[in-house]
Amino acid sequence: MEITPTHYMLLSAALFIIGVVGVMVRRNIIIIFMSIELILNAVNINLIAYSAQQQNAVGQVFAIFVIAVAAAEAAVGLGIILAFYRNKETINIDEMNLMRW
Amino acid sequence: MGTAIAFYFISACILGFAVLVITTKETVHSVLFLVLDFLFVAALYVLLGAQFLAAIQILVYAGGIVVLYLFVVMLVNLKRPPEAHSDPRRKTKLGFGLAAAVLAELGAVAAYASKVPARPIVPAAVVPGITGNTEVVGWMLYTSYLIPFEIASMLLLVAMIGAIVLAKREL
Amino acid sequence: MIDTLLIPFLKILIVLNATLVAVTYMVLLERKVIAWAQSRLGPMRVGPYGILQPVADAIKLMLKEDITPVRADKWVFTAAPIISMVPALIVYAVIPFGPTVSLFGRQVTLYITDINVGLLYIVSVASVGVYGIILAGYASNSKFPLLASLRASAQLISYEVCVTLSLVSIILMSGSLSMVSIVRAQESQGLWYMFVQPFAFGIFIIGSLAETNRAPFDMPEAEQELTGGFHTEYSGMRFALFFLAEYANMIVVSSVATTLFLGGWLRPFPGVAALSFLDFVPSWTWFLIKSFVFLYVFIWIRATLPRYRYDQLMRLGWKVLIPLAIINLVVTGIVKVLIS
Repeated sequence: MEITPTHYMLLSAALFIIGVVGVMVRRNIIIIFMSIELILNAVNINLIAYSAQQQNAVGQVFAIFVIAVAAAEAAVGLGIILAFYRNKETINIDEMNLMRW
Repeated sequence: MGTAIAFYFISACILGFAVLVITTKETVHSVLFLVLDFLFVAALYVLLGAQFLAAIQILVYAGGIVVLYLFVVMLVNLKRPPEAHSDPRRKTKLGFGLAAAVLAELGAVAAYASKVPARPIVPAAVVPGITGNTEVVGWMLYTSYLIPFEIASMLLLVAMIGAIVLAKREL
Repeated sequence: MIDTLLIPFLKILIVLNATLVAVTYMVLLERKVIAWAQSRLGPMRVGPYGILQPVADAIKLMLKEDITPVRADKWVFTAAPIISMVPALIVYAVIPFGPTVSLFGRQVTLYITDINVGLLYIVSVASVGVYGIILAGYASNSKFPLLASLRASAQLISYEVCVTLSLVSIILMSGSLSMVSIVRAQESQGLWYMFVQPFAFGIFIIGSLAETNRAPFDMPEAEQELTGGFHTEYSGMRFALFFLAEYANMIVVSSVATTLFLGGWLRPFPGVAALSFLDFVPSWTWFLIKSFVFLYVFIWIRATLPRYRYDQLMRLGWKVLIPLAIINLVVTGIVKVLIS
């Protein structure tokens, strides 16, 4: 059975949804960040699958940028988590409500 | 045939470990499942012929970003479990419903796309005489996409400074 | 069928076995060399001149009681030494021991495989090896190993940067990421890269000493510091696996340095025709000799130099080696553009 880019797109969609569910359901903020990484990986899989089909390396170049942005976002996000933890001693996102009404 | 078996096995592992990432109670186990997930995604990239990106995925994602997560998990060692009390205003079931709806929509788009023959996309300028995955990616990165490359390096520099400033004890 | 399945399988078998035997005898070699450096003889009792000492060590470690701390994370505790050992072994898939030779009537390449991103594969696999140390400290469920493991992994990921930057200079010189192509580039150039890129060589050696937790950068695992470091709670075969993983990493680093900087399987000065009388030595013998020289130098350094303090170590990695590696890279690029 031929593996078409549609297969990769369905895989990417499923991984994306798993990431989104992780962001919406879990309350531990580190798990939420990891679910965001899952979402970014799903997007990368899609990009590279289509890059392979079109035999054009643009998809891979874009995926490299996505990885660079993910690294930057992870670094800053974890810095924020550490700074918040030092003040409030929690990583439960429901308790991070300093600016809520 | 071999490609199909490899694809299904790797996809099953990717999705299985992803589900384990979001459902495990213990945070360190969740991080470890994430590492395994990224390793299998790298295997998928090799299957697609993007060897450079597979190596970069392992080097940056599995060997750099997730190590960062593991460090933070260990520095944040709590006396009480992190998800002890839940906010009553949180609507978890609505979240699941929305996710299922988006999945159905994405599946419908994929099914539609597989039936409609793809419009021939004019490929970008053929790289003169360069073969090999790494060489082609490098060529495009340094000629056609030079400005995004420089902006990405500025972004990483700013993120590095930002992370150091945020995580320092006294400034 | 034979070419695609049997021959690689045999190669893997030979390489793995040779590596594991070499790793066990590294223990004896280290004890002997350090002993000679200190004007004593080292292990002499077991077997003639202590040759069977590793066998005795192996039997002892296998028979020791296997203690797992209470409330330690069982799966992670067991997996950490394995995660430490596996990356050291799978790097051998891309290291070339020699070119194509004809053996029993077929053309056999003296390397398991040659992937087009070989050097990147080695670097990425080495970066995964950090997990063994982090998880060992975490899974021990005890203060000292946790702190020691965080220190050790911070040291490892810091020195990964300067090692990778020094390797990029080599990639610039050879124009390819494949290990076999790098050796062939040295052959066509007629000179080992050690002479062309001395700074990259120096940075790679110092960085690899820190990467493999070897003296003088072995603060995280020295006995006098933090009561034994990240493998305090390990005993028996798991402890043995950590130690073997360290020696395996050392041998891997020696093999990689040989391939990249010392010309792999090439004889000294491959471009100089006057030295072609040295060609009677087979290619893989040159490789083994050069790797052995590196191993000896590593043990020699351990016997000689005092230990770096942790902040001195981090200062060296971030403030000295990384700027040096970047400057080396820029100068290499400029010179290459000017020459071509």
